[in-house]
Amino acid sequence: MTDATNPAGAAPAPKHPSSLLAADVRTKRRNAAEARFKAYGLAAVGIGLIFLVALLFAIIRNGTPAFTQTFLTIPVELPEAKLDKNGNRDPADLSKVTTFGYAPLIEVAVARALEENGIDSPFEKQKDLRNLVSASAPAQLRDYVLQHPDDIGKTIEFRMLASSRVDGYLKGRVTRDSLARDKNLDAEHLDLVDQLQAAGLIKKQFNWAFIFGADASESRPEQAGIGVAMIGSFFMMLVVLALSLPIGVAASIYLEEFAPKNRWTDLIEVNISNLAAVPSIVFGILGLAVFIQFMHFPQSAPLVGGLVLTLMTLPTIIISTRASLKAVPPSIRDAALGVGASKMQAVFHHVLPLAMPGILTGTIIGLAQALGETAPLLLIGMVGFIASNAPDGIASGFLAPNSAMPAQIYEWAKRADPAYYERAWGGIIILLLFLMTMNIIAIILRRRFERRW
Amino acid sequence: MYDSPNSEAKIGQKAIKISANKVQVYYGDTHAIKDVDVQIEDKTVTAFIGPSGCGKSTFLRCLNRMNDTIDICRVEGEILLDGEDIYDKRVDPVQLRAKVGMVFQKPNPFPKSIYDNIAYGPRIHGLARSKADLDDIVEKSLRRGAIWNEVKDRLHAPGTGLSGGQQQRLCIARAIATEPEVLLMDEPCSALDPIATGQVEELIDELRENFSVVIVTHSMQQAARVSQKTAFFHLGNLVEYGMTGQIFTNPNDPRTESYITGRIG
Repeated sequence: MTDATNPAGAAPAPKHPSSLLAADVRTKRRNAAEARFKAYGLAAVGIGLIFLVALLFAIIRNGTPAFTQTFLTIPVELPEAKLDKNGNRDPADLSKVTTFGYAPLIEVAVARALEENGIDSPFEKQKDLRNLVSASAPAQLRDYVLQHPDDIGKTIEFRMLASSRVDGYLKGRVTRDSLARDKNLDAEHLDLVDQLQAAGLIKKQFNWAFIFGADASESRPEQAGIGVAMIGSFFMMLVVLALSLPIGVAASIYLEEFAPKNRWTDLIEVNISNLAAVPSIVFGILGLAVFIQFMHFPQSAPLVGGLVLTLMTLPTIIISTRASLKAVPPSIRDAALGVGASKMQAVFHHVLPLAMPGILTGTIIGLAQALGETAPLLLIGMVGFIASNAPDGIASGFLAPNSAMPAQIYEWAKRADPAYYERAWGGIIILLLFLMTMNIIAIILRRRFERRW
Repeated sequence: MYDSPNSEAKIGQKAIKISANKVQVYYGDTHAIKDVDVQIEDKTVTAFIGPSGCGKSTFLRCLNRMNDTIDICRVEGEILLDGEDIYDKRVDPVQLRAKVGMVFQKPNPFPKSIYDNIAYGPRIHGLARSKADLDDIVEKSLRRGAIWNEVKDRLHAPGTGLSGGQQQRLCIARAIATEPEVLLMDEPCSALDPIATGQVEELIDELRENFSVVIVTHSMQQAARVSQKTAFFHLGNLVEYGMTGQIFTNPNDPRTESYITGRIG
């Protein structure tokens, strides 16, 4: 047939090009396609990297200022006449003096500090100086005095938070122009701040209270910290770990090694895969309905949050555990059964240790996912202003209302004061550090336990 | 080293260890083993030969109920071990497998130390009363597995670090550490080079003194070298079963003859 198309007598075209040194058309086309594909791949990786770098840059640039805070360190006189009228240092008497009693002391101290450093106050009234200092300062001073009653009657060097506007001025967020319509602080205040800074009384310092402290009210961003939310997250993770690891691993071992393969197990399998894809807010509303409305667990408690996140984490753990059990070669099971081990012995002595790195990795990834989850927490009331300080025990850690890190970040991000903006970014840095730590632990565990067979 | 025709004649008188009657095996709808009757003698090496897919491995795995692990596999008929039906409801396959050990096609040591590989079986069956007892069992098994001299200085090195031939001998030693009465070997030399194969074959010949050995092999030379009795399987049927010498020199069935001479398979 093909021969017929050739002119009679013409030699058939050779199948291969005469020289290997010259690429023929097909080869050239193939190579070009491969080169193009590589270029696409490289571009995709490049775009991904650019996004990652941009994200990290934005987070670090916006978030790092949250870790420093402006403090005013000045001598404060603690007059006995005002703080302890009876002079007996009785704690009950001392605590009768409220924060309002301490506020004037701070005003006096600021005025005196200005005077001693030769700074002229442009304000007639001493009260106007109060806005330089955080509204939390009198409470801080009161706490200090209650803890150190012996200092009453002395003058102490006291470090107090500057107000968030002053802090913003030092960080470049607040300018004289932006203060024009601000009733908290005037441009004159900023002149004072400049001079106080020159005198070394106002300084930006590392702020541990941001990492370990509690949230503060909307008007005191300088005082807010993520510490209590961190504790809330910690207790939730305890609940998630304690429930989802044993339940998940037991369920996957049963399904993978023991369950007969029939329509029921197929159905369960499909449902587990589907659960992994259910939006997390659905788990939130389920938790609200089941744990709070039906079972009457306390609202906003890390216990409930942990239960909801357990529901969310279980499919992840089951899927990864089953995958790692499946990856153990069947020859190991045969070997164990062949020497007369029971099925359970074969699984627990041989299969499970080999699957361990995969199981641990899956669990940690699941936990990390749960740690960063916000949506279900919105529905069970774990987002909001937590006025209390750190829980005072393990039981209250599980049961007392608390927040979680991502919920705290969400809460800060929606507050009006721009000073909360940097705190939201700072909270993201802390959250990311936790997630990175967990992922690194997962990698280390995988490397450590990985065995060849 | 190998058998003289003289010793073969004596073996014919040996006691029956395993007796299979009308065994049928189904994989789902596939009828994999049809009506197999075979009497396996004690202290004898019995070889199963036949083309790929003829059911010889399937039948071997019936003998210690390893097929139980395959969901769709169904076994009918009776297989008697010392007169007891191993497919009886009261039989726990775990106890059976302690009596009928198995060596697999691919060496499959546990990813543990050489010592733990051997000690695992005795440990779970409670065969050792003390650490010294266990040490004894490990040494004895490794010696019988003809690998003691190669590994005695590194008993706590991982078993997976050995060469292929050593791994297979380790697996054989592991199988005999539980003191089975029958040893099933599913193509134990298919992953080994000729030297390692020679060592394993020598070992099989020695094991004959204590165990009844059933070996599945693709190599007819190997069957001729190590076995005293041979069974030829074809398409799920047991075509011919008899003295190895007779099967290879004077087969009764034309199919056996065609396979041995290389015309089918």
